[in-house]
Amino acid sequence: MLQFILRRLFQGVLVVFGVSATVFVVTRLAGDPVSLMLPLSATEAQRIAFAQQIGLDQPIAAQFMRFLGDIVTLDFGNSLWQRRPAIDVVFERLPNTMLLIAAGLGSAVILSIPLGAIAALRPGGLVDRLTMSIGLLGLAMPQFWIGLIAILIFAVQLKWLPTSGMGTVAHIVLPALTLSLTPLARFTMMVRAAMIDELNKQYVKTARAKGLGLPRILRVHTLRNILVPFLSISGWELISTLSGYTVVVETVFAWPGLGLTAVQAIQRGDLFLMQAIVFVIAILIVIIGIVLDILSKAVDPRIELN
Amino acid sequence: MNSFLLQINNLEVNFDTRAGTVQALRGVSLSIAPGETLAIVGESGSGKSVTAQAIMGLIDVPGRISGGDILWEGQPLTAAKVGARHILGKEVTMVFQNPMTSLNPLMTVGAQISEVIELHLGFSRQAARKRAVELLSLVGISGPERRLNQYPHELSGGMRQRVMIAMGIACEPKLLIADEPTTALDVTIQAQILELLAELRETIGLAIILITHDLGIVAGLCDRVAVMYAGQIVETGSVYDIFESPSHPYTQGLIRSTPQLDVKDERLVSISGTPPGLLDPPSGCAFLPRCPAGDGGCDKPQSLKAFGAGAVACCKAGIDAWKEAV
Ligand SMILES: Nc1ncnc2c1ncn2[C@@H]1O[C@H](COP(=O)(O)OP(=O)(O)OP(=O)(O)O)[C@@H](O)[C@H]1O
Ligand code: SF4
Ligand SMILES: [Mg+2]
Repeated sequence: MLQFILRRLFQGVLVVFGVSATVFVVTRLAGDPVSLMLPLSATEAQRIAFAQQIGLDQPIAAQFMRFLGDIVTLDFGNSLWQRRPAIDVVFERLPNTMLLIAAGLGSAVILSIPLGAIAALRPGGLVDRLTMSIGLLGLAMPQFWIGLIAILIFAVQLKWLPTSGMGTVAHIVLPALTLSLTPLARFTMMVRAAMIDELNKQYVKTARAKGLGLPRILRVHTLRNILVPFLSISGWELISTLSGYTVVVETVFAWPGLGLTAVQAIQRGDLFLMQAIVFVIAILIVIIGIVLDILSKAVDPRIELN
Repeated sequence: MNSFLLQINNLEVNFDTRAGTVQALRGVSLSIAPGETLAIVGESGSGKSVTAQAIMGLIDVPGRISGGDILWEGQPLTAAKVGARHILGKEVTMVFQNPMTSLNPLMTVGAQISEVIELHLGFSRQAARKRAVELLSLVGISGPERRLNQYPHELSGGMRQRVMIAMGIACEPKLLIADEPTTALDVTIQAQILELLAELRETIGLAIILITHDLGIVAGLCDRVAVMYAGQIVETGSVYDIFESPSHPYTQGLIRSTPQLDVKDERLVSISGTPPGLLDPPSGCAFLPRCPAGDGGCDKPQSLKAFGAGAVACCKAGIDAWKEAV
């Protein structure tokens, strides 16, 4: 187990290194960082001074070595926009994103299991067709659109909930709801399909012949068997949420998380902040992968960790 | 009140498939007394497993029980679902054919055995685990404490079948139904499992319904035999009578197509042809197209009638149908 974790961590370091190198190259290919970051009105002298200050006058190889050295110490330089270390900005905004993801994905996980299971009990039945239709609808609508519609209905028309920002519990409802719909649809369909599969297996016949009731069979026997595929799809969903969905949802609802910050950093040409965000997300994704593998092994002892 | 544990009367099971209604059981009647061992034999598709599933309440859509009844100690088993629960899994239990797939792969052996004990006997988890250890040693598994925490994939096929049997006898049932319990196992393991069943029958006074293809194991283990053909029982009788003087042409064919070690210079017969489709079975004798003794009189429905000490569904019961065919 320890060996596995060490090996995965080592792989993770390689991945993060690769991501760093890509970020480094792309940001420098994307145009002259100095003109990206300084206002158009900057004088030539100011530009040269700035380039020296952030080391852009050095040869590219030296710049990269310095970049690597810096990221080991989590030093991404000062955010130009916030005028303080970029990593501080990331760590300040990250918990807000985590909170949003926990509320959105968490509710999707909690709701999808009973919904999918009930649908699986009678494939083609009323509940099944209803969940499937709603699920397809959830998958068909882009999230920014769901978000806008939700704002229109619940915030503008009904005035039940605030339109944007963060502060009270009411503030998280709409963004979390918006974030949860697509994963909820995906999870429910997966749970349904996997449950139908499991319920047809021989061990379920054995459980029934033992006199166990259906609720217990679902809760104890089949649930455990769909947990491994469920873990892996929710892992994927978590990663896509972290690296994509939150950007859209946080922007729509002005939720001060990492996704919104990323948009703001791009708008302001804040190269250092952007690098810090990408780097932290890459690390998080590596960690999520390792945790998922360990959890899967805990559920299914037949899984070999390697 | 009668003395039978289980009685099945005129049971009919249909499967509604796209191609039409498969009449899997067409009026099956049988009964078993306490402590008795009954074999159900017959070729593939004759309805042996469906009979067992019907008893255990395992007939699922598209299947349905469309007629007849199943009585447990005189009371309908299918009627009161909740009431039946502490009969199914406690007093009547079942061991399935394939031990590789019959256990939940993600639950420990101990959890799967304890579960029934907690459910039906109301034991605490700890007491149930203690009982599970006893059961595992009773079915001949060494190091039972260690096995308790193992998962099915850590056990051999024979061991898993022993675990299934341990689960089957956990609540000291009155009847154990074993559907081809040894078909998926090696020959040596087969013998051990059958020996175990024979032993348990003596020690806990278990009645057993043994479903099998293998006439060889019937002779050694069973008291009585029911022969199935195309969804019906065509002959029942004591093991001795069935082997020594089979009365239904199909039974005669079955027995004379099985090589017997102790009979010298025996010529084997082979039953040519296949059983009728069950989508549209004939109303007369289903064996007619394959029967050497069949004639026009066999077009009429054949029902199980007392014959000798047993019962036979054949209007020419007792004739030596294969005399010419050898
Ligand atoms: N789920 C099902 N759908 C349709 N037909 C079925 C179904 N289950 C069983 N049958 C039909 O019922 C008949 C009896 O099947 P059954 O499984 O009882 O045979 P069996 O005697 O146990 O045979 P085997 O020796 O191969 O196990 C077969 O003709 C089969 O096609
Ligand atoms: S009823 Fe006729 S066809 Fe059927 S088994 Fe008897 S003799 Fe053969
Ligand atoms: Mg069968």
